[in-house]
Parts: sequence; structure tokens; C-alpha cells
Amino acid sequence: MATDSIAIPLPRTASRSVVLDWLCTVDHKKIGIMYIVYALIFLVIMGCEAILMRIQLARPESTFLNAEAFNRLFTMHGTTGIFFVAMPMLFGFGNYFVPLMIGARDMAFPRVNAFSFWMTAFGGILLYASFFSGGSLLHGGSAPAVGWFAYAPLTAPAFSPGHGTDFWILALLVAGVGSIGAGVNFVATVLCMRCPGMTLGKMPLFAWMNLVTGAMVLVAISPLTAAQLMLIGDRFLGSHFFDPAAGGQPVMWMHFFWIFGHPEVYILIIPSFAFISEILPVFSRKAIFGYPAMVAATAGIGFISLGVWAHHMFTVGMPSYGNAFFVLTTMVVAVPTGIKIFNWLATLWGGKIRFATPMLFCIAFLFQFLIGGLTGIMLATAPFDWQLHDSYFVVAHFHYIIVGGILFAIFAAFYYWFPKMTGRMLSETLGKWHFWIMVIGFHLTFDFMHVPGLLGMPRRIYTYQAGRGWGVWNMISSIGVIFQAAAILIFVYNLVHSYFKGALAGNDPWDAWTLEWATTSPPPDYNFDAVPVVRSRRPLWDIKHPEDPDWKYE
Amino acid sequence: MSATPVSVAAEAAEAQPLSRGRVGMWCLIVAESAIFLIFIVAYLFYMGKSLDGPTPREILTVPVITTICLLSSSATMHWATAALRQGKQTAFRLFWFVTFALGAIFLIGTGREWHHFIYQENFTIHTNLFGSTYYSLVGLHATHVAVGLIALGTVLLLALLGKVKQEHSERCEILAMYWHFVDAIWVVVFTVVYGLGR
Repeated sequence: MATDSIAIPLPRTASRSVVLDWLCTVDHKKIGIMYIVYALIFLVIMGCEAILMRIQLARPESTFLNAEAFNRLFTMHGTTGIFFVAMPMLFGFGNYFVPLMIGARDMAFPRVNAFSFWMTAFGGILLYASFFSGGSLLHGGSAPAVGWFAYAPLTAPAFSPGHGTDFWILALLVAGVGSIGAGVNFVATVLCMRCPGMTLGKMPLFAWMNLVTGAMVLVAISPLTAAQLMLIGDRFLGSHFFDPAAGGQPVMWMHFFWIFGHPEVYILIIPSFAFISEILPVFSRKAIFGYPAMVAATAGIGFISLGVWAHHMFTVGMPSYGNAFFVLTTMVVAVPTGIKIFNWLATLWGGKIRFATPMLFCIAFLFQFLIGGLTGIMLATAPFDWQLHDSYFVVAHFHYIIVGGILFAIFAAFYYWFPKMTGRMLSETLGKWHFWIMVIGFHLTFDFMHVPGLLGMPRRIYTYQAGRGWGVWNMISSIGVIFQAAAILIFVYNLVHSYFKGALAGNDPWDAWTLEWATTSPPPDYNFDAVPVVRSRRPLWDIKHPEDPDWKYE
Repeated sequence: MSATPVSVAAEAAEAQPLSRGRVGMWCLIVAESAIFLIFIVAYLFYMGKSLDGPTPREILTVPVITTICLLSSSATMHWATAALRQGKQTAFRLFWFVTFALGAIFLIGTGREWHHFIYQENFTIHTNLFGSTYYSLVGLHATHVAVGLIALGTVLLLALLGKVKQEHSERCEILAMYWHFVDAIWVVVFTVVYGLGR
């Protein structure tokens, strides 16, 4: 075995070898980029689905779409958004930057990492294969039409004939295996691969938050996998888990789904917090305020979020102590979340703020996430929820978190880390256009969406009668979509244009402090020439200011 | 390819406190436990809620022998990995084989139980809620035993070919962690299905 001979890479001229290189790679950076590109493609697809739905809802009694197609669109929009946009996007950034920030060569299990990505990718393709099976493509083939939480007994063979629901189950099962692999990898990487000197207390918050996310994936995605196995049993083997005719209880599905579904929200928002916690300090020119409190709050959110799931179920008739328990636990989540908001504000306070595009998205995140959180507290109050459950108020609330929070944080991450990943800056001018048009579009769509909810418009209806007073609000929401779509087009154009023509970034364009900026842009395969040794939470500050290093104070 | 200089690791050989293999296996065990937890909750929740028979009391017999086999395989597995760590090849191969054999006996036992239910008792996953929860929970566990046996069999084959050396003891111990988990979860499944459920 000539293991000591070094293979000298030949210059690659054939495009085939480049493709093979990406298909077979186990490098965390390439896998990270594949996750991100994959998620971007699905972001555009789910956006198109949203556009179709908003065209349908813009006017009362519209006939643009039929009920069946509408059901398919909102099911695919929701499922795609959670599993094939938000999760892969956040895993992608985590994959790329966790090893770099902790001074590691790669993730703990590079091959498991590649396996996880391809399972997730296969899941998404499987979900969309449903469009091309059976029926006509015009009406959505046999795409699932059961909603993203697929309540029983609607998923029973009698009510969901055909294979749409089966595609949905299998896609999520496959993607779930990929997610669990990613969770294992994040936990093992953060716990075992840190460079010398980087104790847990000196780790960037980004690594901390991905550690908590990884741990949550392990305990939250698994229940979904279990529930999907039961549903497959019900649909194919004739078991009776969710079959009322044989004594099974559909409410069990609700519990099993939401014990996954609610922690899932935090699996998405905690990595978004991670972006904000890295970007805000750099553009405020201050160290993060209250590092230990941030770590404790993250762990607290992760823990508490496992015990709040039935606040999605206040209307199914739980006993009063059940309702009370879930009202209280849900409100308790607001405490560590509030700590985070105050810490971010305190980081801004007295800072020398630079309003570059990443910072703009962070600041919008703070406002929008706060409002989304507050409507969440409103909905956590059981009597209020009885009134507004499954109304457009709920739709507006969770889009405030997912678009106004998570997506804005993702945009911030793109503008901040694109230079590291490609070696070129994204255009600031286009970035500001993207930001302001997105802000306008977001607020037009989702601020005004609260109102028809308060007026009693249920979610998931494919049309509504004129004269209910909902028409104007829906029209405004739909107009907002034009702005959002324009903003996304500018963003995609910016990505492509800057990749080829953007200004060269250099190693450290933002004068930042974490280890990823210590290597070249893009980093070499091996990440660091020499294994870094750190003594504080801001290793690059120590190098740049040897006369006044951080480790003297920490 | 010049990176901003970061002070070179003088003490680069600093030992990693945690083995990533062990941490990874612990993570997998946590995830698997969550899957089992959902199936166990379903079993407990649907206990006694079947609309027709048969009931657990009517047909379940406690699998004493196979349970003893599976639980003792944890001990033999422990002895096997301990032997490998000390470089005692013969003892390692012997105990590893015994572990494999005990696991196989357990799986055969489950197979015979199912065969009896399906062909003699006409009791399937479709019969009632008890059937749905029983076959899924016991089947989930049996699947884990089967996966474990495939892994154990692979190592056994490599060991017989003389490819498993002392330096592989860490990897074998990580596989052993999975096997101990499969045994431990059987204690829970056994208690639920053959104890509380009956």
C-alpha cells in the first residue's frame, strides 16, 4: 500500500471530471455549496408556487386555479419550504462554516456528510417526481394534496387515493435520514474537531448554535420518521395506527407530527440566530454582548421547544390542564428568546455601525422576528387561538418568522459569506436594491395578511366570496408578491453576476474576527496551512491587535 | 495560497478528549431512541383499545430463552472487545462468534413467534390495534437486531480472515455500543409488550 505517495492533481480540462469531482466529493465546503445551490433552486420553485396561489387569491371567486390544484400547491409550497429550502440552506452554511470556524480540516464524518446531502437531494427529487406521475401535469399530476402536516385520516387510502401521499411520505422519510446524518455530524464535529485552545467557552456562537441544532435534529426528526413509518404501515400493510374505524386515533398523528413540527421551527431559527450572532458584532465593531447568556439561551430554547408542541392543537379539545401546560411552556420560550433580542440590541448599542447589506438584513431580521414572535405569543394564548386557529392570521404569523426571520437571516449570510465562498464580493448596489424591494414586498404581503385572518378568513381555502371584506387585503398581499419576486430576481442576478464579475474579496473583506477569515477566499481543500491555535473568542482580533488581545480580558 | 498567518500549533499533538466515533454513535443512539420512544408511546396508548380480539393475554407467551440469549450476548460482546483490546485474538474471535450466534438465536426466536401468530393464530398487523402496535414495535427492534447481525457478521468474517487487529479495537467497541443499545432497548420493549401489555 503506497499510502505515503502523494497524488499530484492533474489539470482538469474535461468538464466530465469536474462533474465527477462534485458528485463524488466528501469535502465539507463543496457539500455545503451543493446544499445551498440545491436549496436556492427549490426556493425559486416554491416561490413560483406561492405566486400561483397569490394570483388565485388576489380576487374573490377567481377561477385561475381549481381547488385540487390549489391544495397541491400549498402542500408542495409548505413541504418544499421547510424540508428542501430552509433546512438544506441552513445545513449548507453550517457545513461550510462550522469546520472553518473551529479550525478543523473537515466535518467529523465526511462520507456520512456526503450521504446526508444526497439523501436530502433525493428526497426533494422524489417529492417533485409526483408531478410527473399519473393524471395530467396541468393539474399537478398526482402531487400530494394533504397539507404539509398531512393530518389523519385525510391521508388514509380511502381519502387520498393514488400515490401523491406516498411520494410525500417517502420524500420526507428519505430526507429525514439525511437530516439525522447531518445532525450526528454537527454534534460530533463541534465536540471532537476543535483546534487547540478552542474550548467550548471560546467557540464562536455560530458553532454553539449549530451544536444545539444538531442535537435537536436527533430528537425531533426521529419522531417524524417514526410517524411516517406508521403511516406507510397504514397505507400499505393495513395497520390501524390512525384508522378510526379500528379504534385508531387521528389525534395521535397530530401529536407525533407536532412533536417533530414545533422543534423543527427552532431547528430552522437557531441557525438563523447563528448568522445574526456572527454578523451583527462585525458590523457594530464590538464583541457580542453577553456570550454566556447567548449560549444558555440557545440551549434553553432547544430544551423548552421540545415541550410546546400541542400549542398547535388547542382546538382539538385537550383537557384544560393540557391547554394550560402548553400555554405556559410556549410562553416560557419567549424568555430566552427575549434575552437574545436584548443581547443583540446591546451589541448594537454604542457600536460603530456599518450599514452594509448584511447588516441591513440583520436589522430587518431583529424587527421582523420580534413582531413574528409577538404574534406567536398571542397565538400561544389558548382562548385567542380558539378564535384564530387555522386562519390567515396564523399564516401571516409563521411567514413573519420564516420569511421575515429565517429568509432575511439567510440573505444576510449570503452577503456576508459569499466573498469567502467564491473570492468575490456581491454587489452592494444590487444588494441594497434587493434589500429595500424585499422589505417593501415582505411587509405588503405579510403585514396585511394578518387582517383577513382577524376578519375570519380560514387558511387553505382556494377562493372566497366577494363581500366578505377580504378582497382588498388579499389584493394588497398579492401585490407585495410582485415586489418579493423582483427582489429575488435581483438577488439571483447578483449571485450569478458577482460570481464572474464581482470585485475581488481578499481574505478578510469585512475586517472580521472568526477563523474562516484567516484563510484564503475561497479556502483551499485543506482549509488551513497550519492548524490554528486560539486563545480567545476572537482569534483574528488577537492577531490584528497583538498589543491589546482579547484573551487578557476573557 | 498564502493564508493570514495564524500562530502555528506548537503543541499540535494535544490529545482530543472525545472520540468522534463514540460521539457519533451516541448521537445515533439518541436518534434511534427517539424513534423507539414514539412506537412505545403508540403501544402504551393503544393498549387495551383494540375493538376485536385476540388480546395480548390470549396469544403472547413470554420469550424467556431468547431474551436470556440476547441479554447475555451483551456480556459476551463485552468480553470480546476486552479481549481484542488486550490482543487476545482467539478469545476475541470466540466471544464475537458467540455474540453473533446468540443474536441469531434471538432473531430466529422472533421469526418463529411471528410464524406461529400468522399461520396458526391468524394474527397479523391488520387484525387489530394490538397487531399494528405489536408487529411494528417488535419488528422495529428485530430490524435493529438484523442490522446489528449484518455488522457483526462482517466483522466476524474479517476476523476469521485475520484482518481484525488490536488497533481496530476502538471501532469494534463503537459497534459494540450499538449492540448494547439494541439489547438495552429490548429490556424496554420486553417490559412494555410482555409485561405491562399482557
